[in-house]
Amino acid sequence: MTERTEHVTCTFCGCLCDDITVEHEDGRISSVSRACPNGRAHFLDYAPAPRLPRIRGEEASWEEALAEATRILNAARSPLLYGLSSASTEAIRKAVSLADRLGAFVDSTSSVCHGPTGLAMQAVGEPTCTLGEVRSRADLLLFWGCNPAASHPRHFARYSTTAKGRFVPEGRKGRTVIFVDVRLTPGARSADLFLRVDPGCDFEVLTTLRALVREKPLREQEGVCLGGVSLGVLRDVATRLKSCRYGVAFMGMGLTMTRGRDVNVAELFRLVAELNTYTRFSVIPMRGHGNVTGADQVLTWQSGFPFAVSYARGYPRYGPGEFTAVDLLRRGDADAALILASDPAAHFPSRAAARLASIPTVVLDPEESLTARGATVWLPTGKAGIDVPGSAYRMDGVPLRLRPFLAPRRPSDEEILGRLLEEVTP
Amino acid sequence: MGLRLVLVTGRTLEQAAGMHKGKCSEEYRAAVSRGEIAPENLAALSLAEGGAALLRTEHGTAEVRLFSADLPAGLLFLPLGPFANTLVGDETEGTGMPSFKGIPVEVELL
Repeated sequence: MTERTEHVTCTFCGCLCDDITVEHEDGRISSVSRACPNGRAHFLDYAPAPRLPRIRGEEASWEEALAEATRILNAARSPLLYGLSSASTEAIRKAVSLADRLGAFVDSTSSVCHGPTGLAMQAVGEPTCTLGEVRSRADLLLFWGCNPAASHPRHFARYSTTAKGRFVPEGRKGRTVIFVDVRLTPGARSADLFLRVDPGCDFEVLTTLRALVREKPLREQEGVCLGGVSLGVLRDVATRLKSCRYGVAFMGMGLTMTRGRDVNVAELFRLVAELNTYTRFSVIPMRGHGNVTGADQVLTWQSGFPFAVSYARGYPRYGPGEFTAVDLLRRGDADAALILASDPAAHFPSRAAARLASIPTVVLDPEESLTARGATVWLPTGKAGIDVPGSAYRMDGVPLRLRPFLAPRRPSDEEILGRLLEEVTP
Repeated sequence: MGLRLVLVTGRTLEQAAGMHKGKCSEEYRAAVSRGEIAPENLAALSLAEGGAALLRTEHGTAEVRLFSADLPAGLLFLPLGPFANTLVGDETEGTGMPSFKGIPVEVELL
């Protein structure tokens, strides 16, 4: 018999849309409504039937696989725990405890995503708000270096540009939308104003904008175009930013992955902080993985730092550029890895991925990812929010309890990490 | 000497859809090996839509198919994935983040 479950939360991206309706029959998901293409695939392409773990590609029992995983972690002198961001908050907490017990490095996908944003938050602070406030109040939206149409397809309708809110009842007509990017992305086509910045020149444009907001006397030089944008256009933008009622900036990889990285983000955060002299303004990073915000939160409350943590000396130390996964792999500092709910083999620079393939790896992942395929031990766990419980943090830092709708037939990440925590020797 | 451009990698809906089908699927391979450049850059290469090209950075090479798109001349967009990864270095300048965007790239005909 087909069962229908409403108000299911999708954990594919940081939007955590919690209005999804799912139909399922005999433990299989048959239809999904309201979700974006990414969310539909998140549910429909998941086969929740139990699977056996694999050791070096060969099927093995759970006890054999856990024993081999324990052996690998105990034998390592300098293990790395990496990923975290698609796991539940509860599983992440167990992973950090495991890193603490092993004296390991622990790093999340933040380091190749919004790690530089974390550095900027530490330097400047985070003038933030919730997505509910954005929906209800924001009359100006500034999207800088992000492409929600591809990465967060329901962001516009649920929270930002076209959403109708209490104090913005007209929806899109009541909001001014500005996009800044090196290319005209699909989402930018619907903007009121699009600024095309030269690649690697975001900092220059942001600095100029800050100066204009503070009414510093800047002299226009004929033919000079700062980072691809004329001073006249930036003057117009500065006026709009200062005169809105409630502005919100959203930023993405266009700032963190390009020249300047954290310095770019810090400059945007400074601009937003200074705009609060004139009006109300906030900034929210467009977080990718469903619980990457949770990974930052858990690591911060457990260790004091959001990513790039080493427990090698028995207490947490912070080292972006030193204890971050790509750097550890480049230098050959990690001699084994436990990968939780992420696929670095598909997303790391090839040399770092090759180094990862050369050390023993234990992978916890519901899907047989590229990293799982090459793993020494692959442990096929359940998916939080579908067949195992847990909670996750939305991109604005709001934690949501997930509502699994299928009976669990696979162990959870939390359960497996708990077993490893009992088995490994400090 | 090939055409010198600036490489920007990023997400696309097709890359995400292919990812769900499996990273060994043909859909994923097609999605992440689909490069985009400005029409004038494609014409300068005398390359037809979807023509094969070799991308070369100081970190590695990748064979991709190139299509024209509404991009400024001089920019090459490639979805994130194993093809883009061969072109990206593992230096993070003390942040943990490699440069996935803004990489000098040379395009050669195959």
